Amino acid sequence: MAQRTKLFLLHHGPLLTTMAIFFLAYFIGGRLYPAMQKPQAFFNLFINNGPLLILGIGMTFVILTGGIDLSVGGVLALTTAASAALLQLGASPALVIPLMLVMGTALGCTLGCIIHFFKVQPFIVTLMGLFFARGMAYIISLTSLSINDPFYKQLALTQIPIPFVPKAYLYIPSLVGPILLLVAVYLAFFTRFGRTVYAIGNNEQSARLMGLPVGRTRILVYSLSGFCSALAGIVFSISLLAGYGQFASGIELDAIASVVMGGTLLTGGVGNVIGTLFGVLIEGTIISILQYNGTLSSWWTRIGVGVLTLIFIGIQSLFYVRRKHS
Amino acid sequence: MTDDRELVAMRGITKAFPGVVALEDITFSLRKGEIHALMGENGAGKSTLIKVLTGVEHPDRGTIALEGKQVQVRSPQQSQALGISTVYQEVNLCTNLSVAENIMLGREPRRLGSIHWKKLNALAEQALGRLGIDLDVTQPLENYSVAIQQMVAIARALAILAVRVLILDEPTSSLDMQETARLFDVMRKLKGEGIGIIFITHFLDQVYQVADRITVLRNGKYIGTYDTASLSRVELVATMLGRNLSDLHAVAQAKVEIAPKAAHACVAEAKGLGLKGSLAAIDLSLNAGEVVGVAGLLGSGRTELARLIFGVDAPDSGSLSIDGQKVERFSPHESLKRGIALCPEDRKAEGIVGELSIRENIILALQARYGWFKVLNTQKQYEIAAQYIKLLGIRTPSPDQLVKNLSGGNQQKVILARWIVTQPHVLILDEPTRGIDVGAKVEIQKLVLDLVKEGMAIIFISSELEEVLRISQRILVMRDRKKVAEYAGDVNDQTIMHTMAGDL
Repeated sequence: MAQRTKLFLLHHGPLLTTMAIFFLAYFIGGRLYPAMQKPQAFFNLFINNGPLLILGIGMTFVILTGGIDLSVGGVLALTTAASAALLQLGASPALVIPLMLVMGTALGCTLGCIIHFFKVQPFIVTLMGLFFARGMAYIISLTSLSINDPFYKQLALTQIPIPFVPKAYLYIPSLVGPILLLVAVYLAFFTRFGRTVYAIGNNEQSARLMGLPVGRTRILVYSLSGFCSALAGIVFSISLLAGYGQFASGIELDAIASVVMGGTLLTGGVGNVIGTLFGVLIEGTIISILQYNGTLSSWWTRIGVGVLTLIFIGIQSLFYVRRKHS
Repeated sequence: MTDDRELVAMRGITKAFPGVVALEDITFSLRKGEIHALMGENGAGKSTLIKVLTGVEHPDRGTIALEGKQVQVRSPQQSQALGISTVYQEVNLCTNLSVAENIMLGREPRRLGSIHWKKLNALAEQALGRLGIDLDVTQPLENYSVAIQQMVAIARALAILAVRVLILDEPTSSLDMQETARLFDVMRKLKGEGIGIIFITHFLDQVYQVADRITVLRNGKYIGTYDTASLSRVELVATMLGRNLSDLHAVAQAKVEIAPKAAHACVAEAKGLGLKGSLAAIDLSLNAGEVVGVAGLLGSGRTELARLIFGVDAPDSGSLSIDGQKVERFSPHESLKRGIALCPEDRKAEGIVGELSIRENIILALQARYGWFKVLNTQKQYEIAAQYIKLLGIRTPSPDQLVKNLSGGNQQKVILARWIVTQPHVLILDEPTRGIDVGAKVEIQKLVLDLVKEGMAIIFISSELEEVLRISQRILVMRDRKKVAEYAGDVNDQTIMHTMAGDL
């Protein structure tokens, strides 16, 4: 039994560390700034970081296969710009939202196909995807486009009270991330698609010889990431009620950092979306602490995330080495 | 016992790769309930033939029939669907997933679209039970030994519905004797169930233990199919090599020539040398002009011994003296300076640099010994390379050939050349003939004896008892990370096997 506990710890060490660091960071924040002790401060993490969580979930699947998707920020920005433009032209949200999701999925699918069929590095293909999508967003408009659609406004402003927690609320778009997370957990652990993702990340050659659909799964993973990017774009445009090519610049790197902080190995095969949630929450907590402080430069967020990510990579390789020896 | 109805019939299979014909007009037939050994030297075309049967490669010409029906095998998935299942030499599983998943992946039982984990684990246990194995299937595969991983791979291969043909590609190369015996039990059991097994191995002993028939390929050509009972070992080797066996006799002769010579000066002496958790204290003396063979099962401490003497690991007890001088600092670099060389077990991971040429690989160790600032001029390098290519009979068009393009046996010779060129007093060879064909094995054995004749002391570690017996003047037997016995070279193999197994 002790052996099993040890193995459990070795296998879940990175995730447990991430969770511990989140609680520690949040606790410290609460001691420093009593305002952070309010329940609403916790729910604000979901309100403020909804798009990042959504991107992180898609990114987790990509990284689990051993790939990377740098296009997510571009697709997000393109989605905001395109949906703002379409809504200004009077298109119905009932048309715009599905259209955007199809566009994101199609972009991801295209990138996946290029990666798979032409055997090009995901890094370079998705970098091109990033340039393409952000470029297209600027083609649509060089300036920020505002959204006046009543449905969007209603979504943006409707507060949903949290049961049993007085005075705490979320907005409708901030529910998207957590719901997607549940779907992602199901996908990862209870479907053939999810298990194949893990198999490919561990050893693509093996996966192929085991007769698993490697190509289809890989293309699906990039399509999923594209879908998530568009979804994140919709959430983003609702909360800002605007669309602009400059939105969320560099968010792809934050998403990758969250995934890595969440214990997913960049080489693939190890990690899960729950870890990514905590990676996003840690990033959100650092931002909150800086906001409550008010005097520190917001760039400290990046420095904090950078240092933490480095520490996580160290911890991961430590666990990994220990596992190999056990 | 054997059902004469043909299960698989491959006829006229031809496959060419750019610049080389890998298979030329190959005929192969497999019956129901038979174990059929596919034999040949490296590069004979065994792997390519298997790839054609499993849909990884597509033949240029030729037909495949399964139980009399013509089939086209276009992909590994399709071959699985036809009931052809393969276990590859390197375990091709996903170590991050659980044992159960590795067996069931791609065929998971589902309930309402989601994986039915309970049923999946039960099915996996059942599949392992068929092989007589009982373990916690929910643990990640990486927690288990290579031998267990191999069994899991076989369980996976069998879990395919109605498997008709099972291909085992060098399944025993990482197994010890007991594990191999267990595998053979499983193979015989499956044979009894009417499954046709294609068995690829380099171990002749094993072929004679389990195979019903043998098909020999050579240089991509079909040589013949024989009943195991009617083909002697010598005939088999001769067929595989396509030449007579005077080489084998030459090895025996060379050993006889060395044997009468009196023992030379002692070049290395270990007293109580040991490392906690790695090797129990060991005494060993090594004389110039002598081959000391080390026999033992996988994990018996053979490699650990080599690493201690070469200084990869520093011992925490005992002492080692080389040429009468006590070794104070243990490091591979110091050892090289003292004239000790180690040719490691895993040549792909620790030995060759595939992207460099033969010449560069041969020069590496010599250069390290000279120091990196005294550069050997290119002309000198070519001279040395040419000399050793000739001396060791490395088959290559030029010394500039990249090592990765050579066959296993020739790669091994390049590594040997690399160490011999430094003219060590003590050469440690850890499994120098593993995974290479019979012809190259004999050449390497001959070379070892030539080196000894010139006064080198060699520690020869090998899993193949026959080989250890053939060339060693003395034999150490290791078990459970201890030296358990030392014999003179004329001991018989039964004695050694019993010592290795621990019942003597």
